[in-house]
Amino acid sequence: MANRHEVIFAGFGGQGVMSMGQLLAYAAMLEGRQVTWMPSYGPEQRGGTANCTVVIASEPIGSPVVGKPSAVVAMNRPSLDRFEEAVIPSGLLVINSTLVGRQPRRQDLRVLSVPATGVAQELGNDRVANMVALGAFLAATAAVRPESVLESLKKALPPHRHNLIPLNREALYRGVELAKAELEGARA
Amino acid sequence: MEDVVLMKGNEAVGEAAIRAGCRFFFGYPITPQNEIPEYMSRRLPEVGGVYIQAESEVAAINMVYGAAAAGALAMTSSSSPGISLKQEGISYLVGSELPAFIVNMIRGGPGLGTIQPAQSDYFQAVKGGGHGDYRLLVYGPASIQELVDLTVLALDRANHYRNPALVLGDGILGQMMEPVRFPPMRDLGTLPEKPWATTGRRGGPKRLINSLYLQAEKCEEHNRRLQAKYREMQRTEKRWDCLWVENAELVVVAYGTTARICRTALEPLRAEGEAVGLFRPITLWPFPDDPLADLLKTGRVRAVLVVEMSAGQMVEDVRLVAGDRVPIRFYGRTGGAVPSPEEIREQVRELVRELR
Amino acid sequence: MRVAFKRPDALVDMPTHYCPGCTHGIAHRLVAEVIEELGVFDRAVGVAPVGCAVLAYDYFACDMVQAAHGRAPAVATGIKRARPDAVVFTYQGDGDLASIGMAEVVHAAARGELVTVIFINNAIYGMTGGQMAPTTLLGQQTTTSPFGREPAREGYPIRVCELLERVRGVAYLARVPLTGPAQVARARTAVKRAFQAQLDGKGFGLVELLSTCPTGWGMSPREALKWVEEVMVPYYPPGEFRTDAADPGGGPLLARVGSEVSGKHGEQA
Repeated sequence: MANRHEVIFAGFGGQGVMSMGQLLAYAAMLEGRQVTWMPSYGPEQRGGTANCTVVIASEPIGSPVVGKPSAVVAMNRPSLDRFEEAVIPSGLLVINSTLVGRQPRRQDLRVLSVPATGVAQELGNDRVANMVALGAFLAATAAVRPESVLESLKKALPPHRHNLIPLNREALYRGVELAKAELEGARA
Repeated sequence: MEDVVLMKGNEAVGEAAIRAGCRFFFGYPITPQNEIPEYMSRRLPEVGGVYIQAESEVAAINMVYGAAAAGALAMTSSSSPGISLKQEGISYLVGSELPAFIVNMIRGGPGLGTIQPAQSDYFQAVKGGGHGDYRLLVYGPASIQELVDLTVLALDRANHYRNPALVLGDGILGQMMEPVRFPPMRDLGTLPEKPWATTGRRGGPKRLINSLYLQAEKCEEHNRRLQAKYREMQRTEKRWDCLWVENAELVVVAYGTTARICRTALEPLRAEGEAVGLFRPITLWPFPDDPLADLLKTGRVRAVLVVEMSAGQMVEDVRLVAGDRVPIRFYGRTGGAVPSPEEIREQVRELVRELR
Repeated sequence: MRVAFKRPDALVDMPTHYCPGCTHGIAHRLVAEVIEELGVFDRAVGVAPVGCAVLAYDYFACDMVQAAHGRAPAVATGIKRARPDAVVFTYQGDGDLASIGMAEVVHAAARGELVTVIFINNAIYGMTGGQMAPTTLLGQQTTTSPFGREPAREGYPIRVCELLERVRGVAYLARVPLTGPAQVARARTAVKRAFQAQLDGKGFGLVELLSTCPTGWGMSPREALKWVEEVMVPYYPPGEFRTDAADPGGGPLLARVGSEVSGKHGEQA
């Protein structure tokens, strides 16, 4: 089951949570895995929180809807409030610490606090906060290789937007590095 | 891997219809299927097709009727409230023996209901919906790949029988993305000839597309012809899928998205050694009654659990098959609520305990 | 010997089910003559409505499609879009077009669909037995307005041409009463112009034919014709409302034909 990932990406509209999930799903597909991507849909995607669920597995995937995810990436406070309780014991919680502003209540989770929005702003574009968080998620789970995500980005972006790829690559790897440092710190 | 793409169900069904030879789409916006008209509005012009956003679902289905009368392979899509509006047109399509392809990405009802997924339009789809004695070919895909494959099949079968075919999906199937492979584009020249189509006489005899038979004897004769088609469909069109039923004492029956969730619910139970299996109807009409009956006839199956996102609709067809051979239990969620694998698993566990 | 008068080939040689004094027969003939004159018989596809004219699918010799009540313009849209080289017309009554099918006709007009609509306005539901139509006049008694149509109770009769006049996409729009030889000749011209607008790719065409229903009105054929002239024409003024899609604004009425508007519309008993 370590090979299986059930991830919810959540945040507010404009944070790119849908594309974060799609890039992960696309990358998993490129790596030959079984994968589903399922968005929340309807009025809540405007204004309130948006979220999507990605399931990656080696076997055919049953439910694309997940009640107890193995990981949650929370890009804002309401997302953490909504999904913290859902994560399975010993599951992963990636928190965008720039915006969440509180520590998780649960003690039985692996927690990665990454200042995704702060790092993105340092890089000059807070819209790549999603890539920072995705990088952190990948560092903690090895669900797919970061290179596969970049490959997916190339396929997902129209050619005239390919100038955005270097920025996204940098954001992704900053996330990976930050998470590695935090994970090693936790181990030490 | 190059030919595999990650796609939403709503977009995949449109592309699949085009691959199968459909060049005409008439629709009207309604959540959660809006990506279908959106996709078709940009894709159809690329392949020389026609897209019209109609003034209503009623007009859309009647545009399908007109295009089909003129020999075109046409489609429309909607979600539950919009499909209700199309029922009149569907009845006319059947009565005039015209092929058409219809997609219903079901949302919870009744009335305006919710935009969240449901399976509460099963009765409407398989028991009529509109007026008159008629049937549609109804397909219940459980994955995006199956949605694509069944769309191609549905268009082919609709053309073959000159009868509308319906894909019954739900909000999840429409909104979800999965890797999918498409068949090659069908050469339109290989579609069947339609000498009956009203294209203008062009030197030939007069053609008439009509569902009115004022004399009862004529109308009954027409109905007999329709019923003969439905018997033929029942002989040849049933499809279903079985998982772990070989030694199952408890069989879960579910279709579409719900069947996937049931699979997830059953996986750990199988690992624990429980003799549970899954029977999944793929055609909802004709309902795969014989294969289900064969399964129940073995005497090994001691109970059946039907799971639906409805208050219990398909369960009636399962009961018709099972009779008093085995007890039938039902578990359903309604109004757009999606059952979790955990709650279904709990239902199965309870039933397993009762059997001991 | 010279043939001075014959049945158009676009009409099937058979008796119709229409009542004595009903003008459907004249309207059918005008459409058939025009189809023949324009040389489009082999490309013509007609759409029959629900109502008295449902059996038009038997009477016209061209390809025919029967449509659900009110949906003929949507069906015609589907046919025309699937076969742009076909010449497509609908033949609809007032209940079919102006009540249950109002949305379909307005939107087909707004899309400028290249189809021709023949609209039979006889101020009543004929087929179902003389019920009130959207075009039933004020004061007119029907089986469902037994005390006479009252605005406070049943609302006002709908003038279809005046409604469609300002819809962009309409290329030809006319109203003509079928009350006498001169009017029938004008009606023929109007029908021909509406078909011509389709052939020229100019847009949607509609001809409203003020028609009789002696049975539904409880009149003799002669009285019925007189009633069209004296009661219907004042409320439904004849004329050409649009003759070219190039004038979208509904400017001054063009080249009116038929009788002049007289009396106060809508106040007739």
